[in-house]
Amino acid sequence: MADITVDARGLQCPMPVIKTAQAMAQITSGQTLEVIASDRGALSDIPAWAKDMGHALKEQFEEPDEFHFVLEKS
Amino acid sequence: MVETMSAELEAVQEETPAKDKMVLIAASGDLDKAWPTLILATTGAAYGMDVTVFFTFWGLSILKKPGTGITGDDWRQKLMSAFHKGTPDGLHLSKLHFAGLGPSMMKSLADDKNVASVQELLDLSLELGVKLWPCQMTMDLMGLTADDLIDGLDKPAGAGSAISLMRDASISLFI
Repeated sequence: MADITVDARGLQCPMPVIKTAQAMAQITSGQTLEVIASDRGALSDIPAWAKDMGHALKEQFEEPDEFHFVLEKS
Repeated sequence: MVETMSAELEAVQEETPAKDKMVLIAASGDLDKAWPTLILATTGAAYGMDVTVFFTFWGLSILKKPGTGITGDDWRQKLMSAFHKGTPDGLHLSKLHFAGLGPSMMKSLADDKNVASVQELLDLSLELGVKLWPCQMTMDLMGLTADDLIDGLDKPAGAGSAISLMRDASISLFI
């Protein structure tokens, strides 16, 4: 279970990344954040953002019409 | 004196490395240009970048306060503002404008698909600390005053300030 969840379902680019960045600012190093998005663009955008920002993508899975990403803050 | 100044400049540059600066030149007042400009600006901020958007020529119309009517003192300025009123909600489409029908369709589609509007992205830009610079020369050319533009903008600036920023930025785009 992640420390914080970002529900970005229904939101389009660029909002899933923006919401994720805003939520990441609220947690401390080592804590985890789960992003749930329905925007297919998030499939490449969230991992790209996390890699660039140095946060680890711990887990990624799909459910019908939604994508889950678990990130650990660097 | 010169030495002190360059030392200060170096300190600033060290604080914010070039990798972390993005400069966008918004030269168009078209809806289909304003949209991606602000999407990139807000996303750059989400990457922790120091983002500045420099609004020049028709790009300035994106910054006009909602409800702003005819602007300028000169008849030519007034005429231009009458045909291109601007404001975030009054931008034209570069293609398929059809006297405003195109933008209405595009905006209602965006609403259905839950795409953030230009106004929302503009508010979000300010919230995320994106610096919005109006071009002083274009303001003078078009007869726009600070009162015609939205709140929260940086001081009007010119090409020199834009070049100084771009020389030091890893991403500079003219949109």
